[in-house]
Amino acid sequence: MATVTTGAATPEVLEEHWSETPGLGSFLTTVDHKRIGKRYLYTGLLFLVIGGVESLVMRIQLTHSNLHVVDPETYNQLFTMHGVTMMFLFATPVLSGFGNYLVPLMIGARDMAFPRLNAFGYWVFLGAGAFFYSSFVVHRLPDAGWFNYTPLSDSVYSPGPNVDFYALGLIFVGISTTAGSINFIVTILKMRAPGMSLNRMPIFVWGELAMALTVIFALPALTLANVLLELERRAGFHFFAAAGGGQPLLWQHLFWIFGHPEVYLVVLPALGIASAIIPTMCRRPMIGYTYIVLAEMAIALIGFGVWVHHMFAVGLPSMGLGFISLTSFLVVIPSGVQIFAWLATLWAGKPILKTPMLFVLGFIVLFVIGGLSGPMLAAIPLDQQVTDSYFVVAHFHYVLVGGAMFPIFAGIYFWAPKMTGRLLHEGWGKVSFWLMFVGFNALFFPMHILGLRGEPRRTYTYQAGLGWDFLNLVETIGAFVLALGILITFVNWVWSAKRGEPAGHDPWRGESLEWATTSPPAEYNFENIPTVRSREPMWDQPELGPHGQPAEAGGRGLGGGHNTLVTSLLEAEPEVVAPMPHESPWPLLLTVALLGIFLGLVVRSWVFWSVAAVAAVIATAGWFWPRGETQET
Amino acid sequence: MRCRRGPLAPGARTLPAVAVALTVGGCGGKTSVVSPKGPAARSVVGLWWPMLATATAVFVFVVGMLVLAAVRGRRKTEDDAAVTPGWGEPFIVVAGVVVSGAILVGFFLFSLQKVQALTDAGRRSKLTVSVVGHDWWWEVRYPNGAVSANEIHIPAGVRVRLALDTADVIHSFWVPPLGPKIDMIPGQHNTLWLQAGEPGVYRGQCAEFCGLQHANMIIRVVADAPADFDAWMAREAQPADDAATGGPGRPVFETQSCAGCHTVRGTAAAGTVGPDLTHFGRRDTLGAGVRPRTDGDLARWITDPQSIKPGAAMPPTTLSPADLRALVAFLEGLR
Amino acid sequence: MALTGEAPLLVPTGQPDERLPTVGTGTTNFGWWGMVLFIAVEATVFALLLASYFYLRFRSGPVWPPDGIEDPKLKLVLIMTAVLWSSSLPVHLAHAAIKKGDTKKLRAFLAAGFVLGATFLALQVAKEYPDIARHEFTPRTDAYGSMFFTITGLHGAHVFVGLLMSAWVQLRAWQGAFDRYRHVSVQNFVLYWHFVDVVWFFVLLTLYLSPHL
Ligand code: HEA
Ligand code: HEA
Ligand code: HEC
Ligand code: CUA
Ligand SMILES: [Cu+2]
Repeated sequence: MATVTTGAATPEVLEEHWSETPGLGSFLTTVDHKRIGKRYLYTGLLFLVIGGVESLVMRIQLTHSNLHVVDPETYNQLFTMHGVTMMFLFATPVLSGFGNYLVPLMIGARDMAFPRLNAFGYWVFLGAGAFFYSSFVVHRLPDAGWFNYTPLSDSVYSPGPNVDFYALGLIFVGISTTAGSINFIVTILKMRAPGMSLNRMPIFVWGELAMALTVIFALPALTLANVLLELERRAGFHFFAAAGGGQPLLWQHLFWIFGHPEVYLVVLPALGIASAIIPTMCRRPMIGYTYIVLAEMAIALIGFGVWVHHMFAVGLPSMGLGFISLTSFLVVIPSGVQIFAWLATLWAGKPILKTPMLFVLGFIVLFVIGGLSGPMLAAIPLDQQVTDSYFVVAHFHYVLVGGAMFPIFAGIYFWAPKMTGRLLHEGWGKVSFWLMFVGFNALFFPMHILGLRGEPRRTYTYQAGLGWDFLNLVETIGAFVLALGILITFVNWVWSAKRGEPAGHDPWRGESLEWATTSPPAEYNFENIPTVRSREPMWDQPELGPHGQPAEAGGRGLGGGHNTLVTSLLEAEPEVVAPMPHESPWPLLLTVALLGIFLGLVVRSWVFWSVAAVAAVIATAGWFWPRGETQET
Repeated sequence: MRCRRGPLAPGARTLPAVAVALTVGGCGGKTSVVSPKGPAARSVVGLWWPMLATATAVFVFVVGMLVLAAVRGRRKTEDDAAVTPGWGEPFIVVAGVVVSGAILVGFFLFSLQKVQALTDAGRRSKLTVSVVGHDWWWEVRYPNGAVSANEIHIPAGVRVRLALDTADVIHSFWVPPLGPKIDMIPGQHNTLWLQAGEPGVYRGQCAEFCGLQHANMIIRVVADAPADFDAWMAREAQPADDAATGGPGRPVFETQSCAGCHTVRGTAAAGTVGPDLTHFGRRDTLGAGVRPRTDGDLARWITDPQSIKPGAAMPPTTLSPADLRALVAFLEGLR
Repeated sequence: MALTGEAPLLVPTGQPDERLPTVGTGTTNFGWWGMVLFIAVEATVFALLLASYFYLRFRSGPVWPPDGIEDPKLKLVLIMTAVLWSSSLPVHLAHAAIKKGDTKKLRAFLAAGFVLGATFLALQVAKEYPDIARHEFTPRTDAYGSMFFTITGLHGAHVFVGLLMSAWVQLRAWQGAFDRYRHVSVQNFVLYWHFVDVVWFFVLLTLYLSPHL
């Protein structure tokens, strides 16, 4: 091929190397980060609907005192699976989905560093979701709460398989999250387009990086806790039960060493979404870029030192509590820095109030409300009053739904046009936003008041005459208004994907590289991998167009093969032209084998899981078996 | 119970948060954190109002600026040049680090001082009551041998120390109008002090999820005038007297399964699985607060507790109508 | 095999006069980064597990190991330690060999490392565990026993995985897949193996030595 000698690339040649033959085959074997990213998004949003419907049933049950819509056991399963679904199957995967789709585009790469591992991550997430909900078929959904405290969750007080589904399911989904995070880190550190030194990297990418690093050091605690729990439940080991010399609090420590970083790793990429939209809609660079980046890293870091604030009421000595209280107060500072940087940018920039911007503004308002109840909970005596009451439920829905779901919706309005090539409808977008905003506040604001009035969380009903009925009614109404708002966006999205206004490659006049691709982007993303000379390349480098950058201006075609560019860690100088792996069935097959292992464990069939384990070994060998395409060594 | 206005906290009137304060404090006073009925809760509320006021101020500032930024001088065309203000980064540092930092450190120290005060005060209590959490009821023991359940009597105006344990999973002792909560954890002995300013009944609920009937694990703290309390405690320590145990209900109780789980001092019944019933007739509620203690409910509770408290660790019992009537009378008579 | 190996293809990137290799080693190879991050995850697991051990220990009262269990015996474990740690040397030499392109030495040293690792594992599974379980305690005895077997068992599982990796790398070495430019799998296996050896230091310190203090 002539191209090999010059290094130039043409769409035809790239097409030949990169296109995946349509059909079922490539559906099951794809390694394209854009297809995988969209799958994460759609599957995660499906779980939002499932978790959301669970919460609506809870809301109906709580509309009034002494209702019997569901029995206590069902209610316990509902809130447990609502929490688990929303945290592990909705928020984290959807944000990974945005990351998967956008990170390679934003940093000017042709795929993620480990495309097959990427596919594997998705399949495992899907498999784990299926595993969790297979418990529904046998009516044994997990029922000990999303933090599953022992001894309630041990084999004495939870003899059924419910908790096994919880523990094994979390170990399973953890494989996906860990694989995804390793992939993000390597991609971000080693695949940035030439010239995109770390200090030119989009803040959204920083957010994904902070999230991934947090996963690496936080998730092992959850996995370990669940492995120990299963050993105790199934094999008679002693870790948590006081009887055999164990400590119930060991579980709580391990869970929250993971759990607190977990809530920040949900919010970090969401903050990144806001930081991507604000400058675009203000038509000016972010004021305080460096401060925001440092703040995100500080949040991730300090987040590892606050876990005991979930345990202020367990009776620990007040010395240690004081220290944790201090770190919990301090983590507010980087959050505030972000808020004030956004405010400065908004003030200087006169934002254009299109739907994505509305969702971002709504997010800031809600996140500040939710954030402000944070230090109240960090104040030990106050927390000892309101912990485990609806006040805490209000706090975390403001930061989670306000702080993560609203940015996700902003992201949908902002980037769906990139994915489908068509804009969502503005008018319906605004209707959806206002319904969601009003419904949200009606749903969650009263929870502060109810918490202060003494309503404990995780109660399937409450007594009359306590002054709790009216506000609970308001909340339930709010929940349905919120659901309607969400529904409108979904319909809007589906409708616009076919009939919306064509978006063009850069509908918002964004500043980062994802807008230097066609909408939707070609399979290889960029014809020529651009050279970046600014923090806002799309604004400062007029030569960047829908196909990347012409070779004369610095673009690299890499010979048009199935290659991507490896660059150096800090300054992103080109180092290696790495051939990338093609479609592969093994990630899916390995996932099926893993699913078999976990199902075998839960039904306690020794034969079942050993057969699956052998299958898993075979699948791993198949995966790594040299095929000559990436010069495996 | 109708919803009545509780008294506003002293500081609340001066705050920008009066509207919130009214809705929060004004209703459901019996179980409310913000209408404190004892010194511990009052101390916490002294932290709450200033924090709420400050949070409100921060909120007004941030959202005010946000709204102004959004509506002020909307751009005429999409291409309006962006100005780069010189105050941008200094603003971030001053507002985000200096001012916020000062506020946060201030509240941290303030809250720490409250922790200290609350701990110190606990050292000066005269009476220790032992409370044990069970799935899903509370066992209460006094130093003079009195045993009760689901109801803690304390002398009003006196600091009482609670020694908290659990017989099974983690529970959490929380009576909002009287003060902070603390968990009851297997293998660990926690304590809490309790003081009610005025005689009265204060309602609380188990606050740590403990299974099926976590929602109906209700505790009532009854603060009596000190003299009444002494009389109550002395009476509670007595066995059931002949007047109560002389009737036809006693043999039913002793021969049915009841005696295997419940104790009635002064009879042969000495079970320890369920609540001590020696003075059941003097309690206000049934089934850890799930119902008021009225006749109709008691009979139903005995024959089919699951219909009142699904999951409760008491099995149904089939009895002849006569036996049931006798048993109800017996239990009612345990005064 | 030749001592040098064929230098990797240099391909033009599309910028004038710029040609880059198609294979990287060390930090220019994704695989190295993947392994380092994987090790970070694993190290966190071990750190938390050892921390859990100390947590249980310090909350369990003055006697440790708990009543009826003697302090861990050291003779066998010190032999095992010697065997395990000595395996790091051949593994290191194997790496050094392939960096120079010497595939013969690579194969020999990999095999030596494998034998030492397998010996460690055999001693643990066939000698140490049965002895302890028969005469002293099992994982079901109490929290001490559970922790002991969980931590050493997890480490043993890592040795086992390391052996599987070694087997794979040896297979590929016999197929002639490696030369001085292309040996990321060797490099990753070596990293992993050293990591497993380092972890043993902390396991030894915590489980076997600290109770004697
Ligand atoms: C996205 C998730 C998220 C985020 C971002 C946060 C943010 C914070 N959280 Fe929250 N939290 C949760 C999710 C989250 N939390 C969840 C899920 C739980 C409960 C889990 C469960 O029990 O089920 C919880 C519970 C929880 C507790 C334990 C409550 C209890 O169970 O008793 C505490 C206690 O300290 C706490 C504190 C904080 C603090 C200090 C912050 C801070 O980071 C907030 C900082 C932000 C701001 C304050 C707003 C912006 C700042 C400014 C405008 C600057 C000026 C402000 C001041 C000067 C005050 N959180
Ligand atoms: C990201 C995380 C997240 C999100 C998004 C949500 C979203 C919601 N949550 Fe939350 N919640 C948690 C995380 C989250 N939650 C956690 C961690 C807990 C603690 C669990 C525990 O204690 O163990 C909890 C607990 C919790 C409780 C407390 C239960 C208890 O303690 O007894 C309640 C009660 O109202 C509640 C309600 C809701 C509601 C109404 C929504 C709504 O925002 C949901 C809105 C979404 C939908 C409704 C679905 C989409 C809508 C449609 C497709 C429209 C069409 C459908 C219909 C109209 C049917 N949640
Ligand atoms: C297997 C054990 C068991 C048996 C048998 C049993 N109970 Fe109970 N009982 C309990 C438990 C446990 C509770 C607490 C239930 C709760 O509140 O969750 C209880 C509660 C009660 C209460 C309410 C106490 C209070 O203060 O709220 C009464 C009254 C009572 N039982 C009477 C009886 C009678 C009468 C019988 C015999 C016909 C009986 N019980 C048989 C275990 C038992
Ligand atoms: Cu006891 Cu909740
Ligand atoms: Cu936290």
